[in-house]
Amino acid sequence: MSYRLGVDVGGTFTDLLLVDDSTGNTYTAKVPSTPDDSSIGVLNGVERVCQNAKINPEKITHVMHGTTVATNTVLTGTGAKVGLVTTKGYKQVLQIARSFVPGGLGGWVIYNKSDPLAPLALTIEADERMGADGKVVKKLKKGDLSRDLKKLKKENIEALTVSLINSYANGATEKEIGRIAKKELNGVPVSLSSDVVPEMQEYERTITTVANSYVRPKVETYVKNLQRKLKQKMNDVQLHILRSDGGMASSKVAADLPVNLLMSGPAGGVSGAVWVATQAGFQNLLTFDMGGTSTDVALVEGGKAQLRRETTVGDVTVRASSVDVRTVGAGGGSIAHVPELTGALRVGPESAGAEPGPAAYNKGGELPTVTDANVVLGLLPTEVRLGGDMEIRKDLATKAIQPIAKALGLSVKEAAAGIIDIVNENMYGALRLVSVEKGYDPRDFALIGFGGAGPLHANALGRLMNSWPVIIPPGPGVLCAYGDATTRVRDEASRTFIKRFSDTSVGEVSRIFDQLARKAAKTLDKEGVPKADRSTTYQVDIRYHGQGLLLTVDFELADLKKKGLDVIGDPFDEMHRQLFTFALDSDKEIVNLRAVAQGKEATLAARRVAKGSANPPAKAKIAKSKVFLDGKDRDAQLYDRRELQSGNVIHGPAIVLEMDSTTVILPDNQGSVDDFGNILITPAS
Amino acid sequence: MPAKIIESKPRPFKRVDLNPITLDIIENAMLNARWEMDAVLFRTAMSPGIREQHDEFPMIANLEGKMVVGQFGSFIYGFKEAYDGTIEEGDMFLTTDPYSCKGAISHINDWLLLRPIFKEGRLIAYAAMFGHMTDVGGKVPGSLPTDAREIFEEGIRIPPTKIIKNDELQEDILELILHNCRLPHWNRSDFNALVAAIRTAEKRVIEMAERFGDDVFYSALDELLERNKRAMGKLIRNTVPTKKQFFEDYICDDGLGMGPYKIKCSMWREGNKVIFDFDGTDPQSISSINFYLNEEMFKMFCGVYMIMVFDPQIMFNDGFYDLMEVHIPEGTLLKPREPAALSCRTHALGRIFDVLGGLLGQGNPDFLCGAGFSDSPHFMYSGYDKNGEWYQLYSIGFGGIPGKPTGDGPDGHSLWPSFTNVPNEFLESYFPLRMEVYETIPDSGGPGKHRGGNALSTGYRFLEPGEISIHDDRWLTYPWGVNGGLPGQRSEKILVRKNGKKELMPSKCDRIKVEAGDMLYFNTWGGGGCGDPLERDAERVSFDVKAGLVTRKGARRYGVVLNSDLSVNQKQTESLRKRMAKSRGKPKMFDFGGKIEVLKKNAKRETGHPAPKQPEFQKWVVGETKPKKKKATRKKAKARKAPAKKAAGKKPAAKKRTVRRKAA
Repeated sequence: MSYRLGVDVGGTFTDLLLVDDSTGNTYTAKVPSTPDDSSIGVLNGVERVCQNAKINPEKITHVMHGTTVATNTVLTGTGAKVGLVTTKGYKQVLQIARSFVPGGLGGWVIYNKSDPLAPLALTIEADERMGADGKVVKKLKKGDLSRDLKKLKKENIEALTVSLINSYANGATEKEIGRIAKKELNGVPVSLSSDVVPEMQEYERTITTVANSYVRPKVETYVKNLQRKLKQKMNDVQLHILRSDGGMASSKVAADLPVNLLMSGPAGGVSGAVWVATQAGFQNLLTFDMGGTSTDVALVEGGKAQLRRETTVGDVTVRASSVDVRTVGAGGGSIAHVPELTGALRVGPESAGAEPGPAAYNKGGELPTVTDANVVLGLLPTEVRLGGDMEIRKDLATKAIQPIAKALGLSVKEAAAGIIDIVNENMYGALRLVSVEKGYDPRDFALIGFGGAGPLHANALGRLMNSWPVIIPPGPGVLCAYGDATTRVRDEASRTFIKRFSDTSVGEVSRIFDQLARKAAKTLDKEGVPKADRSTTYQVDIRYHGQGLLLTVDFELADLKKKGLDVIGDPFDEMHRQLFTFALDSDKEIVNLRAVAQGKEATLAARRVAKGSANPPAKAKIAKSKVFLDGKDRDAQLYDRRELQSGNVIHGPAIVLEMDSTTVILPDNQGSVDDFGNILITPAS
Repeated sequence: MPAKIIESKPRPFKRVDLNPITLDIIENAMLNARWEMDAVLFRTAMSPGIREQHDEFPMIANLEGKMVVGQFGSFIYGFKEAYDGTIEEGDMFLTTDPYSCKGAISHINDWLLLRPIFKEGRLIAYAAMFGHMTDVGGKVPGSLPTDAREIFEEGIRIPPTKIIKNDELQEDILELILHNCRLPHWNRSDFNALVAAIRTAEKRVIEMAERFGDDVFYSALDELLERNKRAMGKLIRNTVPTKKQFFEDYICDDGLGMGPYKIKCSMWREGNKVIFDFDGTDPQSISSINFYLNEEMFKMFCGVYMIMVFDPQIMFNDGFYDLMEVHIPEGTLLKPREPAALSCRTHALGRIFDVLGGLLGQGNPDFLCGAGFSDSPHFMYSGYDKNGEWYQLYSIGFGGIPGKPTGDGPDGHSLWPSFTNVPNEFLESYFPLRMEVYETIPDSGGPGKHRGGNALSTGYRFLEPGEISIHDDRWLTYPWGVNGGLPGQRSEKILVRKNGKKELMPSKCDRIKVEAGDMLYFNTWGGGGCGDPLERDAERVSFDVKAGLVTRKGARRYGVVLNSDLSVNQKQTESLRKRMAKSRGKPKMFDFGGKIEVLKKNAKRETGHPAPKQPEFQKWVVGETKPKKKKATRKKAKARKAPAKKAAGKKPAAKKRTVRRKAA
């Protein structure tokens, strides 16, 4: 009998989900996080969850974990001292970047650019040249390179990146430099751009590979430490890390290519949301994960999250596949203000964060935040608390909102409602970005709300989007752990191959796809995934010759071999028409080919709640409270979520409380509890 | 006759009271729609100029034609006045003629599309967008002839035309236009992309009106314009003195060996209103450096610049237009008479921003920025490759952003909104080029407390014989420094032939023949410094030297002495700074790098190029004191009879050539 464990480390709590592989039964645990060394919290949780399940930790064979270590390393600027080798003439590739200045006309007046992730002082040039056709134009001058590498050694660099011009076409010289560097810089990890992301565009390839080097030592230390500690309790355990694209990687692969982990955290949330919603019977979803400083949204169609070929963290954008999560700077801590000149109400992107936090938390914050507005409106009740959360002070929240009310000439409640409307609107913008603006009709999607503040705002977003039902799963933390525990082992291999349809053939393309499939399968070999459990999917990035865009087409390789290039060409025309209202009669151009190998999906049984009637049990109704919603004072019933039963119907306005989240059901809406304890909110019939 | 708007169900809109929150929501939604227009265009366009470099601009305007969101302000008022026809549901207008839209676009390469948005039979808004086409025909590849004397040499000129009528594309008109372009498949695709972007805006506008109600939407756009007017009113009162301020700057030459050309502007405030007067600007050039400056567009430049400098929180739109008055004398470089050539207007367009900065900064020295990368230099390369296929590249170069009160100017960046460089690997795989050098030039940024950004050096190795064009400026005049900051380095272009022979290239030239193996160094200019270089953090100077952005010798211009390990020598730095401060005296507000006469005198010695000759102006322009009463309808075309041709001298012989087009 073997078990797998999903672990999500949040800012406050560490959530664990234990799955019995043979029965699919699950057990959960929630313990406080330990930010200084999160492995302590994880181990405490392991102990707790094993007690709950009454098993010996030794029986756990797989631990699956989504982590924000890579993300935080970039955001806090605490990565490695990275050395960089470029082609002669390209030393400043990161300094010049794409020459882009944000902020529109005159934006340069206030734009201050940050220094490159690999300092120029630690960048050296290799005297070599590769042509765009992959043929060597000039051979590497090895002597000069060794001399310059010695200088970098003296500077005590912690990681080295090699990124040469046109190496996407032929990585031989990068490999040669890699070998020399191994000799000259004993023990310093080397990342080659032709390994990390063999795709055209020198800046993007370089920044991606440098980002990889930058986060690598931190991630490596974190992963090794966790692995070691886990092994002390469980002998043969394998640690897996969730990648940005929602796949699982072994701890070794994850530590070598940590640039693929920058979205590991949000990907866990999306995977968990997909799993939960699938149980509830929904395959088309908008995920809405609202935290303290930001909100992540994504679109899931047919149970599959949309991916994109780009990941952005802070002001670093890299070429790495990730779940297409859009982030807006809108969260519970977002600060509201009214600039004097315009008199407009603005919310965010500045955030009070955890310190000093919203005024209502009485930790020194005085500026009005979204949380304060929720408190003023009665949506975060102050009189009833579940679990050991902090005290909430309505008087302080009111005081913080007052200046906004004054500037707008509104009552405090109206101003608070305005703050909520504006922040909802900002998040609505992000949801539109992943749906309407990509040609999807939000009415075909359910909206699932999670994260610390998601359940508070989800109903309002459902109203704006016209996406029903709004699903509020139980326990926002454990949701991510579900995501971790249910993810499959996955790897992909890709190659840039720029050819027009008229210049290539099905035979040539198929041969490359076969090679890529073999390369992607290697990871699965290493993980010991049985052949019968594997599946491979194929993708091509394609455009009309001359265009800058790339659209990704999924297809069956067998179909392609049988029917020819139209198997990828026709769906492309259709997508182009859907997105941009027109298709062209131009030659199509293939840009990237990709094979994705995956293991089998995990089976686990969803936890069910007791059956009840439409009327919630009396013990679930804990109090009544005054709220201000849709422009009026109203009475809302408060519920204890632990006591709700399947089949219960809750009429808005109502508030459902649980230890780490609060759900708001708006007037004229109703929430039905399903067999798994999800609340499904719809307009009242 | 002004344009006539035809509505099938005309009903007046009602101005209703608005909840301030609704207003903010509509503002956000409008901004989102504007960004979405960009996104659609970048993704579907084909020419690198639009898809990679983003040489395009969107706008959404209210039903009166005032820009509510966008970049360069609205031209619709001028268009409506000049267009002698109807505006109906299902129309989309295309124009490329600056003279038919009062300079809303300023050269023929910019294709401007305009769509009236109707909802249930009445007009509720407009959406418009223009994009720079790589080629629109005319005498040189790229359609930007440096030596053109008349607009007729600059490609196919399209007066306002209903290219889409009743939602049907007028295919014969489009084919006629495309037949005159060297790269018709790019134009076609970019045209489609512009249409798709505008249709997106239309969809969003109608969704918004449905969500909030037509009257609320109408009132909200009005109120957004009002809100901006109120904010700008305060800003103008606080920042523009009533005392007259003057500033002048120059375009170094006209591509015909004459120059420099002066742009002069004065500014003062009367009550809430600010007045700009370009009296004293040189007459129009006989070559193509003229910039037909639309007054409304200038207001937008100015408003946006003020907002960015003083209060970036303000959302800009056309609301403040009544608070500004702009006088541009006719027949000048900034308001040339038809049929003056306009294609190379980029230099004057850019220089306007330096003039603005200098004008506004004088009253508020704390907000003064250095002279910037006030241009968008062009490089063009075309010919037939080994396979007999026509290749043609148009690309925009970048340089040093000026030092500014908030910090250093980035090195090798763009002052233009949303522009990006074309990846060199992309160039190498689609054009017969090897990009051997791509780096910024050490010490080229003007020293200052905040350093000006470094110029960019791009080394193009040509792999096929062909022809190149260069468009740049600031080779004679300096990008000036402010408040003690020093000027940035000037630009230069060096062509190194395969045999090693170096040829200095002028800053503006066409049809330069190159052979496989030749190499061009396209060196742009650095940004001016801002603030006293002796006050710059010495550690940051050391950092820049270690990075190779400033040389060790260059560090001394900041009064910083470095040890052999490039760390700061505190003691020597202190004493050097003291000595320099004493000999220099009080820092100057502007440092132009010398008077124009001196720059001219030293030109040959310092730049290798002879000083430009005094410009000759056409007599009919200079001699005229009272502007003729003009009516810019396309029918009258009075100006065409003007004796421009006499003054323009000999016409360059048009070379006959055939172009093999790559069929789409």
